[in-house]
Amino acid sequence: MILDFIIGIISAGIPLAAPLLLAGLGEMFNQRAGVFNLGVEGIMLMGAFVGFLVVLTVGSPILGLLAAIAVGALMGLLMAVVTVKFKAQQGISGIGLFMLGWGLSGTLFRVYIGGITSITGIKPFSFPLLGKIPIIGEIFFQNNILVYIAFLLVPISWYVLNKTAWGLKVRAVGTNPQAADTLGIKVERIRFQCIILGSMMAGLAGAYLSIAQTHIFADNITAGRGFIAVALVYFGRWKPAGIMWGTLLFSLAHALQRSIQVYGINFPYEIAVIIPYLLVIVVLALSYKSQLLGPVALGKPFIRGSRE
Amino acid sequence: MKKKLYSEAIYRLLIIVIAVFSALFVGAILLLIAKTNPLTAYYVMFTEPLSGKFGLTEILVRAAPLMLVGLGIAISFRSGIINIGGEGQILIGAIFGTFIALTFPDLPPYILLPLVFIASFIGGAIWGGIAGWMKAYLSVNEILSTIMLNYIAFQVYMFLIRGPMIDPKEVAYGTGVPQTALLSKNAWLTRIIPASRLHAGIIVAVVLAILVYIFLWKTTIGYKLRAAGAEAKAAKYIGVNVKNYLVLAMLLSGGFAGMAGAIEVCGVHHRALESISAGYGFSGIVVALFGGLHPLGIIPASAVFGLLIVGADMMQRSVTVPASIILAIQGLIILAIVSSQIFFSNIGLKEKIMIKLKLMKSGDKDDT
Repeated sequence: MILDFIIGIISAGIPLAAPLLLAGLGEMFNQRAGVFNLGVEGIMLMGAFVGFLVVLTVGSPILGLLAAIAVGALMGLLMAVVTVKFKAQQGISGIGLFMLGWGLSGTLFRVYIGGITSITGIKPFSFPLLGKIPIIGEIFFQNNILVYIAFLLVPISWYVLNKTAWGLKVRAVGTNPQAADTLGIKVERIRFQCIILGSMMAGLAGAYLSIAQTHIFADNITAGRGFIAVALVYFGRWKPAGIMWGTLLFSLAHALQRSIQVYGINFPYEIAVIIPYLLVIVVLALSYKSQLLGPVALGKPFIRGSRE
Repeated sequence: MKKKLYSEAIYRLLIIVIAVFSALFVGAILLLIAKTNPLTAYYVMFTEPLSGKFGLTEILVRAAPLMLVGLGIAISFRSGIINIGGEGQILIGAIFGTFIALTFPDLPPYILLPLVFIASFIGGAIWGGIAGWMKAYLSVNEILSTIMLNYIAFQVYMFLIRGPMIDPKEVAYGTGVPQTALLSKNAWLTRIIPASRLHAGIIVAVVLAILVYIFLWKTTIGYKLRAAGAEAKAAKYIGVNVKNYLVLAMLLSGGFAGMAGAIEVCGVHHRALESISAGYGFSGIVVALFGGLHPLGIIPASAVFGLLIVGADMMQRSVTVPASIILAIQGLIILAIVSSQIFFSNIGLKEKIMIKLKLMKSGDKDDT
């Protein structure tokens, strides 16, 4: 019974981690290049909506995911123009992008779909043989394809960031843009690339929610997951593995909260729902020292010739 | 000199107007995507609320909470801390105020109403203060913490109005609508225009706006707050305890949003119900930015966005585009306004444009 309960939580928690991981890794690229993109939540909402709409009308999950990535890129482009070209305050810009994505996804949902409908979307599949192993099979080998992609992106992101020339440029731009500029690195171009890459991943993360996780779209379906992903980047100290542990911790807490409700343990629903958000605040408070390890130029627009 | 100030003002106005127009232009594309003719939609949105008593009074009904939230946000932004938690602070303020009003229904209005507002202020201040304290002493990013506190506040609020504070009638009739009992008339803000929802809250809001102006610009504490926000290092040098001022800024900022909750409870609904906030926490950010983070700019700005929100409701009815589009347009306006700041801060760019517009030349001639 207890074992079943624990296995249930772990196997439910892992797929819940995937969207946070996708969005979190994307945000990591943003922040490593020095840009704080709070618009993730809005981009996820648009990704969730557009992905859902494409699957609903065309029927192809792959096209749905691609459409979500494309809409993410578009919103990323907007964010990049505002924060890099116009050097606007990044935190407030992110809130603007969030409101844009929230309002637009809600509006288009009412215009194009109207009410709650469900799609088949992407289903979990069981690996042959491996999926049949007791416990381990249930936990690791019965997820949908995007879960594996999300976790694969952890080592890939690490490699790109630490072992490629582009990754070096990203880190340079986020740490000391003035020095990077003198070395001939195109600071603004790198920041554009990172914001757009991060936003594409946020779009995909949103589509995961509607296409692979819930198979529906509802107004405000992300319920703060985009903001949580941003917080987990702090918690993960701007490192892919750290972010992965953060998302796992978080999604296990989420799964625990859900099973509390499922098992009918007498606990007010609203209080159970608070747990993840409370956890974010606690996590942020506990990881305050790690802020010193963050990208030095985070949040500062690059102005050529300025000394700061 | 006068002419120079004059051309400066024209320049500012021009930039803001261009910014807002570009936001509306992108908004028009979004409306097209939402299968709506943007011209008719905008026409309804901007003119219909102005065409009668109903619209005009409703604009002011919306402007009152917007003004209070906007004032709070201006206080926090001016102090160098970004409060995105208006939404949660409104809810906590509303529930604190409602609790007082329901507990002392027989107190005369001139005692009960101030008590309700003070309670709401305290509720919002606590909610904002948590984020301020965590920013000051644990360097927790205040944007993230206030957003999380929004989600938490909503759940706490819903728990209270669904459970312990639900209207006994809702339980008795078995309807179970999540709302508290109706407040006694002693806690109602007077309607100032008959047969409309316009209540005295708008007067309260304007008075508070003027007080905030005096506080920020004419008192030492206000000066120190702004100093802490403008240049924290320099402020430390002149002996300002920046950390304490951050907390103070968030207490005040949250408190103002909390009072917006009281305004909605005592002025409009006369009880606490689910949709009490209607997004004022986020719209307040747009109002504050549009008003130049200045109390005297926020007064007209809140009317402008009151107009937009009422207009969006009317648009929903006559053009059948969902009113939620206004949220997206507000988001665009935020993006446009923060982008336009570069035209004020980058002196070189500014001079180039002013010369092109021949604003600078005439100003200089006058100067010499």
